[in-house]
Amino acid sequence: MTKLAPVLSAHWDEKDSFTIEAYKRHGGYTASAKALAMDPDAVIQLIKDSGLRGRGGAGFPTGMKWGFIPQGDNKDHYLVVNADESEPGTCKDTPLLMANPHVLIEGCIIAAHAIRAKHAFIYIRGEVTHVVRRMNQAIADAYAAGLLGHGVELVLHVGAGAYICGEETALLDSLEGFRGQPRLRPPFPAIAGLYARPTVVNNVESIASVPAIVANGADWYQSMGTEKSKGTTLYSLSGHVANPGQFEAPLGITLREILELSGGIRKGHNLKFWTPGGSSTPLFTDAHLDVPLDYEGVAGAGSMLGTKALQIFDETTCVVRAVLRWTEFYKHESCGKCTPCREGTWWLVQILRDLEIGKGTEADLAKLLDLCDNILGRSFCALGDGATSPITSSIKYFRDEYIAHVTNGACPFDPIASTLFEGADA
Amino acid sequence: MAYNDEQLAVMESIIARYPRKRSAIMPLLHYGQSITGYVNNEAIEVIAQLLELETAEVTAVSTFYTQYKRQAVGEYHVGVCTNTLCAVMGGDAIFAGLKEHLGVENDGVTADGKVSLEHIECNAACDYAPVVMANWEFYDNQTVQSAKDLVDSMRAGNPKPPTRGPNKLVTWKEASAVLAGLNDGLANEGVQAGEPTLLGLKLSKEGK
Repeated sequence: MTKLAPVLSAHWDEKDSFTIEAYKRHGGYTASAKALAMDPDAVIQLIKDSGLRGRGGAGFPTGMKWGFIPQGDNKDHYLVVNADESEPGTCKDTPLLMANPHVLIEGCIIAAHAIRAKHAFIYIRGEVTHVVRRMNQAIADAYAAGLLGHGVELVLHVGAGAYICGEETALLDSLEGFRGQPRLRPPFPAIAGLYARPTVVNNVESIASVPAIVANGADWYQSMGTEKSKGTTLYSLSGHVANPGQFEAPLGITLREILELSGGIRKGHNLKFWTPGGSSTPLFTDAHLDVPLDYEGVAGAGSMLGTKALQIFDETTCVVRAVLRWTEFYKHESCGKCTPCREGTWWLVQILRDLEIGKGTEADLAKLLDLCDNILGRSFCALGDGATSPITSSIKYFRDEYIAHVTNGACPFDPIASTLFEGADA
Repeated sequence: MAYNDEQLAVMESIIARYPRKRSAIMPLLHYGQSITGYVNNEAIEVIAQLLELETAEVTAVSTFYTQYKRQAVGEYHVGVCTNTLCAVMGGDAIFAGLKEHLGVENDGVTADGKVSLEHIECNAACDYAPVVMANWEFYDNQTVQSAKDLVDSMRAGNPKPPTRGPNKLVTWKEASAVLAGLNDGLANEGVQAGEPTLLGLKLSKEGK
């Protein structure tokens, strides 16, 4: 049985955990002092040695990303933290920043030193007023304490409601003051990122993991996790479970283990399907309870670790309704730049709407898969790819349920049964 | 209403945060909403002048992002998450209940101007589903009835406080100023975390 291992979340249960005083009480800002005394290349090597991989979804090695920044090029370098947490199901960075904004600031100080950046930006989604308050207050307090402003400037940039800005190049366009649409790569941000200058874009959790690694060493971090997925990470459990929440554990824990220690599926119900890492990661079923939740384990089982957003749905949930709603999301959030995604997601919604109300045909399933085939890998960015994941995976595992909608001429499920209040007008 | 010198000084201070001034366009649009409640033509013109852009360029940005409104919303703008997980857990029922209770459709505003309603996408609080936001503050674990009580409290002029936020719900305009990066002094109010956020830590301390 894998044990939980709170590192990022270790002090969240202290009432004032978000203040600079509380952060310093537990050794906060000693790691940045240590790192600033090191050669920047040595800091990059330390993060490489730790095995830390990106926690925003792709799992790219963080130290390697830093190492791609050209050195001695006499150009401005930029660090940009992606705090635009919007992937459906994903809810880890927001509570992290509400409970401990200073760990991100300290991570920024260390990362900026390593990549020789004088400016860092945190791009946070705009729909979280109180997190914006906490983050800006923390930045102000860090300036007042002399931790910022001597070598690195840090600015919080607040988004305005566009999922696509979580895509790193769309984020950069948005930060430059344009509509947030993805850029063609190459050039990658490491060569031409913000203002066409070398830029590192990292997820909140990745940067927030850095201070503990600097403080405790690469070997300590390496000692947790699996062969290729090192360290601890936040797993976010939500949906039809007895007790939803955040669970920080070594990479490689399984959903069965998380359910066992947290109290399982909601009483009287059974697991039907779940996402391992948000709605863009192909669905899993109860056959995948023992898949190790690390980068390789989840990929090997046909999905992606993504953001470790474990959205759990029980047998009362209509998979067609669930997939339709996600697809409507992707259609709404498609930036419109490329045709396969803009037009494709629109058609996916039309077909799924008919299927969900029982007006579809069996031939519609083939049409859906054909459309997905023309979107996946043919879109400008990963939004289009992600839009196909719930559709193709749900047809793979629940084809009969789609057919039941066709033969019934209606959805066979009662949506009230899947609510938390189960019909009671609570 | 023209922007006064004090407001223009705030806008200049926002621009000064960035190495290149065009980057200030988003916080400036949030700031415009804090003055007039939505992005009006004057905000577009002032921002265009300050950033040396065409008004069409500012308009193009403002219409890309759903948080920028081109018409007035309520003093309290209520968003019900109807993305899959919240929808299934009760968000659809809450949204339907609020539409009926307020007598407005999606994007509608009550006649008294107090409450506007919008269905929103995932707001990064899935472990607190079903989630309702008001002026982008968290109202966790809602039911149809609790959401109706919430909007009633807003219409009565005494809105219930957020579950994870300051002790008092600020207005839409005040929240927009926060999103523009201005400090309203409320950062230290409210909890550091709710119970679900702390569950893993608690279980770990119990030896799990």
